[in-house]
Parts: sequence; structure tokens; C-alpha cells
Amino acid sequence: MRIVVDLNRCQGYAQCVYLAHEVFRLTGTEALTYDPNPDDARRLQVERAAAACPVQAIMIDRLDGAERGARS
Amino acid sequence: MTLVATLAELVSDFRANGRIVIVGASLAGLRAAEALREEGFSGSLTIIGDEPYEPYDRPPLSKQVLKGWMPAEHTLLPRFREVDAQWRLGVAATGLDRVARQVRLADGDQIPYHRLLIATGTRARPWPNPAEAALEGVFALRSRDDAARLQQALATRPSRVLVIGGGFIGSEVASVCRELDIPVTLTERGPAPLVGALGGVIGEIAAQMQRDHGVDLRCGVSVSSLEGDAAGHVRRARLSDGTTIEVDVVLAALGSIRNVEWLQGSGLAAGPWGVGCDAGGRAFDINGVVTDSVYVAGDVARMPHVLYEYQFLAMEHWDNAVFGAEVAAHNMVNLEPHYRPHLLLPGFWSGQFGVNIKSVGVPPFGDEIIFTQGSVKDRSFAAAYGRRGRIVAAVTFDHGKWLEYYARLIEQSAPFPPPPPGWDRPDIMKPVPAEFPAPGVPTAIPDVVLTGHDPNERRAEFRPRGH
Ligand SMILES: Cc1cc2nc3c(=O)[nH]c(=O)nc-3n(C[C@H](O)[C@H](O)[C@H](O)COP(=O)(O)OP(=O)(O)OC[C@H]3O[C@@H](n4cnc5c(N)ncnc54)[C@H](O)[C@@H]3O)c2cc1C
Ligand code: SF4
Repeated sequence: MRIVVDLNRCQGYAQCVYLAHEVFRLTGTEALTYDPNPDDARRLQVERAAAACPVQAIMIDRLDGAERGARS
Repeated sequence: MTLVATLAELVSDFRANGRIVIVGASLAGLRAAEALREEGFSGSLTIIGDEPYEPYDRPPLSKQVLKGWMPAEHTLLPRFREVDAQWRLGVAATGLDRVARQVRLADGDQIPYHRLLIATGTRARPWPNPAEAALEGVFALRSRDDAARLQQALATRPSRVLVIGGGFIGSEVASVCRELDIPVTLTERGPAPLVGALGGVIGEIAAQMQRDHGVDLRCGVSVSSLEGDAAGHVRRARLSDGTTIEVDVVLAALGSIRNVEWLQGSGLAAGPWGVGCDAGGRAFDINGVVTDSVYVAGDVARMPHVLYEYQFLAMEHWDNAVFGAEVAAHNMVNLEPHYRPHLLLPGFWSGQFGVNIKSVGVPPFGDEIIFTQGSVKDRSFAAAYGRRGRIVAAVTFDHGKWLEYYARLIEQSAPFPPPPPGWDRPDIMKPVPAEFPAPGVPTAIPDVVLTGHDPNERRAEFRPRGH
């Protein structure tokens, strides 16, 4: 799956890290890094993280699941 | 039919049957395509990109990808809706004919358009000596292929990496090297890293941070030459102070070059700082007259900003590409008075040495700086930039939560020094000179450039008398 975090908006609250630590990580106290294309098996975790983000900074692909290659 | 009704009909006909071409298939190009469909454009849409990949995100390339946390191809951008476009990937646009309204492609095709969006961004400025740049082990960093190659080189645990240039990308790569416990030297021609973007006061803090993390930081020097071994692999760098360093990986982080060459002869106001456009993304021609059919967004755009005395800003920021694309897309399929302005308060982030550096506004527009919160010693603080008694920008180190507070003040052109938010006050609060290098002094390239008031940075072409 594909995601992007708007790091201008992100305030490093780290809720996402607790909910999906394989996908989101804090370097130091505030700098978030993440895997932009995590494994599909993590979808539920990532969706929960996106829902929990207090500033709605995590955006998930809405075409995920569509045939690759047929993406238009 | 009234004129107004006719115009309304023209717009709805264009939305249904028009032809829009986007050149540049990256962040700005993709988000513009999505926004056009969101706006109800159902005509034909063609997206031309010279990279063979579907749009991907660049910021992770100098951070998590280089660390080896995930491969460079794990950066594809999420899609927020179908764009139903013809994608022409792996082929460059080589020319623009505004009379015939056609984009010329490298494979000889001509793509007709009614409206065109220029979103060709920038590329990394290569090491100026081509023979030295061609040595094995010498890299630049802009694309995902660049990142994959550099990551592989770091994975072989080089004995020393040389980063030339202390801007954001150079500093982030130096940070990654230290995290991977690889020795790294960073050379910066200016007095400190990040001076172009944040000034000398913050630059000094960044310099100390780099040294504390074991970066061999050398400021005020430049690299005179790179030398290879018999097999053509880089082994040594000679510096302007006469010293040499043994290295086997070199990253040239020398800022960027706008991708405008393909617009040569098009008559647009395209130059070294990008394509001049109005605050609604409509491109200017070389005489400073705004066009109706050509729009610009992202890193390649240069547009006037109300908060900065209407100077043209050239911004190389992620949010500028996203928001600029949305504004341009809206204006491409609407008529006055429904145009929208690109009234973005510039903002960026950079993760390095475990610190989250964020800023809003245009720091180089300021000439004074004041620390308003936190502690410089702990590298956890907020500082504001001022000019003539007004706040124009702010920067935070691990104080990102406070940035909104400063953003509101900047939007209102509030007085400088600003009232601190009443928490976490530093001991000394006194404005000091922000120490930006004078324009033209060689240094790390800032990523927001104030490019003056002239819509066309090249000279206008005057018609000879009698024509
Ligand atoms: C390593 C790195 C780290 C970054 N980190 C940050 C960060 O932390 N924070 C931040 O705010 N910003 C960051 N940025 C900047 C951000 O990525 C850019 O602002 C953003 O990519 C701009 O998007 P764009 O679509 O305008 O241009 P680009 O992403 O440059 O895309 C332009 C596209 O057009 C293509 N193209 C060029 N010429 C032609 C042609 N003639 N024909 C067809 N196609 C063409 C290019 O190949 C490219 O694919 C970073 C950039 C890099 C490289
Ligand atoms: S939950 Fe949201 S604000 Fe917090 S770190 Fe994650 S993305 Fe950032």
C-alpha cells in the first residue's frame, strides 16, 4: 500500500508509532520517518494510525487494491 | 445570448472537451491531475514525464531510503483519485510551440493542448568538472535512481564520505552517514551549514550539532578537484585550503538547476530561477504579459507573494508543489472572478542528527532573529525572524508544535519581536542580526529564493521602432 505523511502538518505526537511501529518511527523526539509503501499486511494498522493522528497528517492511497498497471 | 452566458458555456465546453497537457510527472504534476478531475474536468489529459517511473516522493530519498530502511522504489506516491490520463513516461518534452499550441517530445511526437501546466521541477546541480563527475563513487541526489546508487555505495561501508555543500540535502546525508557510523567530511563554502536558508546564527547551531555527531565539518573552504585511481574510482579530494582528504564516496550537494531548457524559444519568462507566473500560477511571457493558456506549479515556478512585498519567490518545498498544483488546476478550469491565489505561507521540515528542523515563512527575508522559546544548548527551541519591526519567518528545532503560533503572527505581519507564547521562555530574549550571506556570496543554496520584482528575470525584448 502507499501512504504519505504531510510532515509540515505532523507534530510528532507519535500516536502512529504506537499503532504501527513497523511503518512509523521517530528519530529523536520529534522527527517522524516512515515507510511510504508498507506491506499490504499492515493495512489495518496503518488505517488505525491514520485515524488516530490528531492532525490528520497521514494520507492513504484511495486506489490501493486496484490492479497495478491499470492505475490511471 | 449574453456575453456572460457565452463565457459560462465556453468554460463548461472546455471542461467537457478541452485538452490539458501536464509536463512533469512528479509531485506537482500528479496532484494537479487529481485536482483537475476533482474540479470536474472530464476532457483529455496527458501527463508527460522523462523519468520512467510513476510519480514518487523525494523527501524520503535523503532520509529513510539512504539509511537502508526501505528500497528507493518504496516511495511511490499515494493516489487520491483516478486521473484517467494518458501517461507518456520515459520521454522528455523538448520544445513548446505556443502558436501551434503543441508540446514537442524527444521521440518526435507533437502533443496538442488547449491548456498546459509546466511542472518540470529542478534537477541536481552536477559537480562542475565533467571528467571528475564521471568518476565512480561521485554522486548527486535528486531521483530515486540516484538514491538507490548512493544507498548501495553507503552499504559497502566506504572508509570516508565527502559531502560537498551544507544545504539541507547535504546535511541530511551527513546525518545518515553518522547514523550508519560511516566517517564523513562535509565542506561548505559559506561560514556554516544551512546559512543560505536559515542564516548564520542558526547555521552556527547546525555546525555545532554536526560536530557533536562526529561530522568532520569544514566551512569556508571549497573542493578544488577530485582525483581517481587507475580504475577510475574517486579516491581523493583537494580542498581550497591546500589540504587533501582520502575518500571513496563523494556527494555533490550543490543545490539545483531549474528544468527550463525545453522552454527555450517559447517566449515564456523562463530563466535560471524558473518560470515567472502570477500568484494564480499563470505563466508570464518574456515581456511580463500574463498568458491565458500556460500555467506553472512546483519547484519550477517563481511567483509574487503578498507577504514578501510582492517579490517573486522560487520555493523548493514539498507543500509548495502540492498547493501550487491545486491552485493552478483550479484556475485552469475556472474564470475570473473565481481564480484562486497561491497564498501559501512557505514551510518545510528536515530531519537530521535526530532533530526535527521546521520553518515557516521566508527566513532570508528577515535581517534579525530572536530566540523566543526553549534552549539552544538542548537544541530544542523556537526563534523568529524579523524585518523592519515585522515578523517574517520562524524556525524550530524540536519545537514543531509551536510553529502554528508563529505562522498566525506571520500571516498578520505582527510586530517583531513577537510576544512569546508565555511558556518555556529562554533566559535571554534579544534580537540579533540573523547573518544571511549577502546576495551573490557563494554558499549553500537557500531553498526559498527571493528573486526580485521583475516578472521576467531576463531582459524584456523591445520591439524596434517602426514595427
Ligand atoms: C533528496 C530530496 C529531499 C527533499 N526533502 C525535502 C524535505 O524534507 N522537505 C521539503 O519540503 N521538501 C523536500 N524536498 C523537495 C521536494 O521534493 C520538492 O519540492 C518536490 O519534489 C517538487 O515537486 P515538483 O513536482 O515541482 O518537481 P520534481 O519533483 O522535480 O518533478 C519534476 C519532474 O519533471 C520531470 N521533467 C523535467 N524536465 C522534463 C521534461 N523536459 N520533460 C518531461 N519531464 C521532465 C523530472 O524528471 C521530474 O520527474 C526534497 C527533495 C529532494 C530531491
Ligand atoms: S500521529 Fe500524526 S502527528 Fe503524530 S507523529 Fe504520527 S503523523 Fe505525526
